[in-house]
Amino acid sequence: MTRSKLTAQRLAALFLAGWMAFNYPLLSLFNLPARVLGVPLLYVYVFAAWGLLIALTAWLVERRKD
Amino acid sequence: MLLQLPVIIGAAFVYLAVLFAIAYYGDKRADAGRSIISHPLVYSLSLGVYCTTWTFYGSVGRAAASGIGFLPVYLGPTLVAALWGTIMLKMLRVSKTYRITSIADLIGSRYGKSQLLAGLVSLIAVIGVVPYIALQLKAIANSFSILTAYPETLARAEPASGMIFTDSGFLITLMLAAFTIVFGTRHLDATERHEGMVAAVAFESVVKLVAFSAVGVFVTWGIYDGFDDIFRRASEVPALFALMTSRDTAATYGSWTALTLLSMSAVMFLPRQFQITVVENVDENHLRRAIWMFPAYLLAINIFVLPIAFGGLIEFGKQGTDTDMFVLTLPMSRDQQWLALLAFVGGLSAGTGMIIVETIALSTMVCNDLVMPLLLRLRMQALERRSDLTWLLLGIRRFSIVSILLLGYLYFRLAGEAYALVSIGLISFSAVAQFAPAIIGGLYWKGATRRGAVAGLMAGFIVWTYTLLLPSFARSGWLPQEFLTQGVFGIELLRPQQLFGLAGLDAITHALFWSMACNIGALIGFSLLGREDAREATQAELFVDVFKHGSGVAGPSFWRGSAQVGDLITLVGRFLGVERARRAFERYAARRGNIGVDQLRADADLVHFTETQLAGAIGSASARVMVASVVKEEALGLDEVMNILDEASQVRAYSQQLEQKSRELEQATTELRAANERLTDLDRLKDDFMSSVTHELRTPLTSIRAFSEILVDNPEMEEDQRQEFLSIITKETVRLTRLVNQVLDMAKLESGRTDWRDERTDLREVIEQAVAATSQLFKDRGAAIELVLPDELPGVMIDGDRFVQVLVNLLGNAVKFVNPGSGHVKVSLTRDDADIVVEVADNGPGILAEDQPKIFEKFRQGGDSLTGKPQGTGLGLPISRQIVEHYGGRLWVESAPEREPGARFIFRLPSSLIALEEEAA
Amino acid sequence: MPKKVLIVDDEPNIVISIEFLMKREGFATVVAHDGEAALEKVAAERPDLVLLDVMMPRRNGYEVCQMLRANPDYAGLRIIMLTAKGRETEVAKGLALGADAYMTKPFATKDLVAQVRKLLDPAA
Repeated sequence: MTRSKLTAQRLAALFLAGWMAFNYPLLSLFNLPARVLGVPLLYVYVFAAWGLLIALTAWLVERRKD
Repeated sequence: MLLQLPVIIGAAFVYLAVLFAIAYYGDKRADAGRSIISHPLVYSLSLGVYCTTWTFYGSVGRAAASGIGFLPVYLGPTLVAALWGTIMLKMLRVSKTYRITSIADLIGSRYGKSQLLAGLVSLIAVIGVVPYIALQLKAIANSFSILTAYPETLARAEPASGMIFTDSGFLITLMLAAFTIVFGTRHLDATERHEGMVAAVAFESVVKLVAFSAVGVFVTWGIYDGFDDIFRRASEVPALFALMTSRDTAATYGSWTALTLLSMSAVMFLPRQFQITVVENVDENHLRRAIWMFPAYLLAINIFVLPIAFGGLIEFGKQGTDTDMFVLTLPMSRDQQWLALLAFVGGLSAGTGMIIVETIALSTMVCNDLVMPLLLRLRMQALERRSDLTWLLLGIRRFSIVSILLLGYLYFRLAGEAYALVSIGLISFSAVAQFAPAIIGGLYWKGATRRGAVAGLMAGFIVWTYTLLLPSFARSGWLPQEFLTQGVFGIELLRPQQLFGLAGLDAITHALFWSMACNIGALIGFSLLGREDAREATQAELFVDVFKHGSGVAGPSFWRGSAQVGDLITLVGRFLGVERARRAFERYAARRGNIGVDQLRADADLVHFTETQLAGAIGSASARVMVASVVKEEALGLDEVMNILDEASQVRAYSQQLEQKSRELEQATTELRAANERLTDLDRLKDDFMSSVTHELRTPLTSIRAFSEILVDNPEMEEDQRQEFLSIITKETVRLTRLVNQVLDMAKLESGRTDWRDERTDLREVIEQAVAATSQLFKDRGAAIELVLPDELPGVMIDGDRFVQVLVNLLGNAVKFVNPGSGHVKVSLTRDDADIVVEVADNGPGILAEDQPKIFEKFRQGGDSLTGKPQGTGLGLPISRQIVEHYGGRLWVESAPEREPGARFIFRLPSSLIALEEEAA
Repeated sequence: MPKKVLIVDDEPNIVISIEFLMKREGFATVVAHDGEAALEKVAAERPDLVLLDVMMPRRNGYEVCQMLRANPDYAGLRIIMLTAKGRETEVAKGLALGADAYMTKPFATKDLVAQVRKLLDPAA
């Protein structure tokens, strides 16, 4: 029970981190006409952060196998 | 040529046939009790019904217009999914516990099983979502006409003219109606679950992902040379280069945030999402894993949106083409007909999936929360006479499905042209967002009342209508344009898209702000204003504390009245069918303690059970009315409900206390048991010790007593013998004294009551003192002693007398075991890593490895295995070890008699004992 | 011919005192300092009585007692157990193993002598 409560709290923290990452002002830091490996920086940032968020969520959810 | 009308229609038919087959198979398996959807992956895929033609076609169009602006609609669900373990799980638990089968039912039930509220929600849902259904029809029809117009492609699709039956949109509408009716209203089920339909929807999610990715891969690597090539070429066009960043304005970020919020509520409260996430859920654990699987699906289906958008823009330019249809037109422009057909099927799957689930969800609401209440109210008498109403319910559902689909079709034909796909979708999202305050508030705030919820929903809905729906009508020409530019009655402050002069926001953000402000404000304001009635208080308690109450059956009883069991069974039979009702009551009776149905008592629990059964079929509000019609209910006052609630929470608190107490008790018992075991252990040890002590004491006493008596009894004894016996008595007395001293010493050391007089001590002096004290022993035995001491040695803070004792012990032991005449004992003092090491090495017989631990035990004397009885108390080494360990040091023996003779007793003192001023110097 | 007494104890001073007492009473004495030696001495010297200590190296008194009783050759042999452990269980154990008497250390010399006499010369 406490374990799953802890996971819920960690997920909530992840939600907040994601909310920060995908909103002003953090988003504006990457809103530059630069390109990474040919792909616009803003796109790379959003997709990378998105993927990372999903990976972390998956890790949190799947590791408490019981 | 592949893309001809018969081929395209054929492909669509084949695809729908496959869907039918999957759904049919899923239903068959479900009937057989072997679900094919009971897997988290299937569950997550079916959640992918979130991705409609809006995603499949519209995202590309949106990206072509605003770059990354299409994404918040997917980021929102990703973020909010992280909270599903809390919010969604609660919705799920509430719904499963109280047999809630739609979002309208959820809200109505929470606020005192209010028919008014449930009806209002249903109405908003239908009005809000019909444009969204229209959007799907429009996209499918568009894709159809673009495909059939090949190769004169790339033209904006015109709605088909002429006979209504040749209109592809209408045909598709009819086919989907048939499909939905077959798999959505096959029978009435108290849980409203449709396994076949879910299987088909999950399959559709796979199809649309595969189709979209195939086009993406073709565009990225077939037409262009990878991602960097597309973006490099696009960056050469100024208009496209501008899309690679978003405009750095407050309005841009504001709309970004608004879209994120909007999609968060949509992914939970859209009727189809609620249907799939909550109603069709088989296992709560699936939800847990969907928390990341569903966002992963969203990410996957969005990877190629930007490449396709930019690829299309480079290929066709910005003017004159429908950017929404790049997914189709790009493969077509390169003559990839199979790929275009696949893309068409993908779009079809995105559209049909949404339409099917949405229509089922809406039809449940329309039937349970709009039509049934009206029928029950208007034609109560006529309904009373019918014994079986299942046909009526199914009829209403089927009629609702057809009506909703036709409404969607109508909207598409009349208003669909004015807007891009995404804009229509966002209007729906904004409508659904109006449910969020009532639901979230209802699940977490017991103070939210029916009046508050009604007021909030009404306010939000009215503002939504005024700021979004009516302007969309104006755009379509149903209302005069002046409505937009000059407001109602020419009052500029009331311009629908700059309400009260709020300008600078886009239409959606503007509408979201005002509608949410009014909605939440009204919900909170009216909730705080008026008192709730008893039924509301009950429901609030049951919903907010659902995890405490567990299953509804076990919850506190809020019902008082009298009823006949037969009446209740008949009632359920009328809506679920006689046979199903009988089985349900039999199962219930069995659960209540293996009794027959005829033995059931019509108590509160049974009435509650009846109501829950009915709620599944006709909604909780109607179920309540129906049950009330057959039982004689005593109305509970608010005070009484509050009392029951108080009692319930007191009982709960009390039982928690009890649990706590019993846990504490258990723990105390465990500790007691452990303590007891330790005591028993200690007792046994003490016993052994005492027994050993007495033995060791009795031995010298025996000699002393015997010789004393001999001397007394034999006065005429010879002088020599008398002297010998007297000296034995003396020696034994000394031995006895030493023993007593050592036993006391040991006892003090063990109990920690020893008086340690630590002072700066030179260990060399200690060793010399000990050697002097034992010199007589060495002389007697003819043994040599060798000292190896360093020239310089820092002083250590120890009790010097104690270490003299230790060394006397070690030296005494050593000399005792060496061979008389050839004994050699070497004492050395060295420093190892700053630690001080003292070693006493002898050339005696040595100690076998297995005996080495024993010699440090009390009263275990070395030499047990030797013939001679050693002299000593058996306490010397244990005492020495205690002393060394008191200073954080270690005392041990090294000996290997099988290899070389001799034993080395070594003790090591930590450098921390070195006196401070020495370190400083 | 005087009766012969075997004294078995690992404490030399106790052996000296008992030896003195037995000789004073006119018995012949034989001495052993551990269990093994005791068994050898019994075989070699055929004593009439054994004064047997319990806590000894190389076979304790109980084992020696048991082995002596197991041998029919020594049927007439009298055994007195001497021990510093005076607990009832130990007394009972000694007697159960076939000892004729059991004395707790420290003992009164008179009692020991009386006990030995009683066992060797019942008629007296």
